[in-house]
Amino acid sequence: MHLALFIIFAGLCVAGALNLLFQRHPINSALSLIVVMSSLAVLYLLLGAEFLAAAQVIVYSGAIMVLFTFVIMLLNAGREERTHGSKLAYIAGFPGAAALLGLLTFIFLNRRSSFGQAQLGEYLATTGDLSRVLFRDLLLPFEVTSVLILIAILGAVALARKEH
Amino acid sequence: MVPIACYLVLGAILFSIGVAAFLIKRNIITVFLSIELMLNAVNLTFVAFSRRWSQVSGHLQVNGQLFVFFVMVVAAAEAAVGLAIIIAVFRARNTLNVDSIDLMKL
Repeated sequence: MHLALFIIFAGLCVAGALNLLFQRHPINSALSLIVVMSSLAVLYLLLGAEFLAAAQVIVYSGAIMVLFTFVIMLLNAGREERTHGSKLAYIAGFPGAAALLGLLTFIFLNRRSSFGQAQLGEYLATTGDLSRVLFRDLLLPFEVTSVLILIAILGAVALARKEH
Repeated sequence: MVPIACYLVLGAILFSIGVAAFLIKRNIITVFLSIELMLNAVNLTFVAFSRRWSQVSGHLQVNGQLFVFFVMVVAAAEAAVGLAIIIAVFRARNTLNVDSIDLMKL
């Protein structure tokens, strides 16, 4: 059950990410990123993080991606054109990313016995468990992030405003 | 039963695809989307390691999941400000191609 769900949604994740990479129109890339984020929510649920799964759907594939698609439609972004700068990126980008992937995969698979196995249903972190730590030990960082969000709102309004 | 290493490898795959998309894409919005993809890949790694720490210590540990929570908050703030900057750049230069936004290049 766990393995089947993992394979299905990991496959959806990788397929969506590759689609983001190979699509040339930004709206297609944004929609495939929504697939990646929603599948990641299921993987969080498999790992027992139920609050994060809900927050992933609400914050990431809800709020942030709606913002992205809204801006893409507002700016009427068309297909991206190739320039000579992107050829250099092709030559350097794919081998660099492949080397990074190879290194990380080698390390993780080499030490896989020390990472253990994940079983469905054990160590389920409920919202109560999370909030007990968040509002006791991490109260100051939590309050500081509210100031950060306030500043981000002010910055977004000031930057996007039309100047007269 | 799925080895936690599988989750970590999936995170590595998503992060590498994000790096490749960041380097190859020429549209500023798609570059920004690939940054979000990399953040999501790191979040998956955090949740997987949080689970592993619970197993090792024998009782529930949620610090890794709270780190993901803070990453989500910062990502939301970053998306709002970044998209406002993209709108401002588009108004000023009328293009979304990162190659033609080169005012600070020597």
